[in-house]
Amino acid sequence: MTTTLYTSDHEWLAIEGDVATVGITDYAQQQLGDVVFVELPKLGRVLKKAEAAAVVESVKAASDVYAPVTGEVLETNAALAAEPALVNTDAQGAAWFFKIKIADKSELGGLMDEAAYKAHTA
Amino acid sequence: MLAPDQDSLKRTPLHDLHVSLGGKMVPFAGYDMPVQYPAGVLKEHLHTRTSAGLFDVSHMGQIALRPKSGKVEDAARALERLVPQDIVAIAPGRQRYAQFTNADGGILDDLMVANFGDHLFLVVNAACKAEDEAHLRAHLSDDCVIDSLADRALVAVQGPKAESALAKFCAEAPAMKFMDAGPHKVAGLDCFVSRSGYTGEDGFEISVPAADAERLAKTLLENPDVLPIGLGARDSLRLEAGLCLYGHDIDTATTPVEAALEWSVQKSRRIGGARAGGFPGAEKILAHFDQGAGRRRVGLRAEGRAPVREGALLFADATSAAPIGTVTSGGFGPSLNAPVAMGYVPTALGALGTSLFAEVRGQRLPLTVAAMPFVKNTYKR
Repeated sequence: MTTTLYTSDHEWLAIEGDVATVGITDYAQQQLGDVVFVELPKLGRVLKKAEAAAVVESVKAASDVYAPVTGEVLETNAALAAEPALVNTDAQGAAWFFKIKIADKSELGGLMDEAAYKAHTA
Repeated sequence: MLAPDQDSLKRTPLHDLHVSLGGKMVPFAGYDMPVQYPAGVLKEHLHTRTSAGLFDVSHMGQIALRPKSGKVEDAARALERLVPQDIVAIAPGRQRYAQFTNADGGILDDLMVANFGDHLFLVVNAACKAEDEAHLRAHLSDDCVIDSLADRALVAVQGPKAESALAKFCAEAPAMKFMDAGPHKVAGLDCFVSRSGYTGEDGFEISVPAADAERLAKTLLENPDVLPIGLGARDSLRLEAGLCLYGHDIDTATTPVEAALEWSVQKSRRIGGARAGGFPGAEKILAHFDQGAGRRRVGLRAEGRAPVREGALLFADATSAAPIGTVTSGGFGPSLNAPVAMGYVPTALGALGTSLFAEVRGQRLPLTVAAMPFVKNTYKR
């Protein structure tokens, strides 16, 4: 059973058990434009909620991606190094950024479900 | 400073067209301008390099310098008091790149100067145009009437198919060479056409009466080879072409020699030339020609894929604490599929092939001083 939640900074989290797969939303990739480079966190790094975890760069500008929850980075998406444009073509699928082990599930309380996120970006 | 609110932004005569084409509008130099269209920066950039792009550059200033004597040479001599270029030698129907300099040898603005036979035609940067005009009025009013052509729009058509796109509407266009410039009819409209641009590609810039601008742009866009291009791709194209952006790569604190623009200062204005000196900051600029400048604008290529952007500090090695320079423009070059940048470094570290480092998000990324343009230009000489 996967639950998908969203942050106000336009990240999505697909949560299975105590692991969240994190990426940026389709709305975010549209705002960024053509993505040419993605910098991912190091494996094993313990991210604090709201700290800069990854960087996504378009032709024009660099944008930070923040850790939506506190936890250890378990896996990063190697496909993004070879093909950053995946973020534009499949932001909420193949272009996931990293998997994080959720340290404190209570942090999920402040996140939005799909309907709330849709209202947030409307 | 307050952020400019949308209502106070000026609009070019093509504003409605940008909106109807789906342009994403952003504030730029006081104007509401399209940063990109639905195609996006990457496609717009690559389309310009392989086909043709149409750019609205109407925010730039267009100024006619009309000699009171009726002789264009008098306007040229007068303008030489403000720029280190040989303006007298610009033949009728030709154009040249120039800079307004200040008393310290810095650059107040860069501009194009064309000889239209009985007057000079200047194109200056949007952000500087009011100051440029005041500067011209303050220094040249005895010799020239300074005529601000605010009722004209400016459209650029750039890329390998620019010539064929324009030829249908301007029979003289194909015969023009790089930096030819003059009044021509385009689609029956009274235009000034120059074979030049800001992309490194062959192409044209067309000054058109504001009232006719939308008609001209729509006519050119009927050609499927021609796509509208926003400011985002304009910047990545000029960066790959190694061309300076005023306020970033050149400013009041950089001399033309530091900026690696020696090629733009003709021998006649240098020491030993027929009209050496006689422009603001001549002492410092000519000293830089004679003895060299301490720092220099250079091209930079990164080893990795991470773009190195404006403001990144440069270092001589991976560990030293003191920066040796700064990146003044940088980003991703879509045609190279790699990051490109330019910046200022001590002249001793400016030789091609020199290894340097840029600090990006706390990491030192290796860079190499590289020749510019990064992408070979295709001017029709």
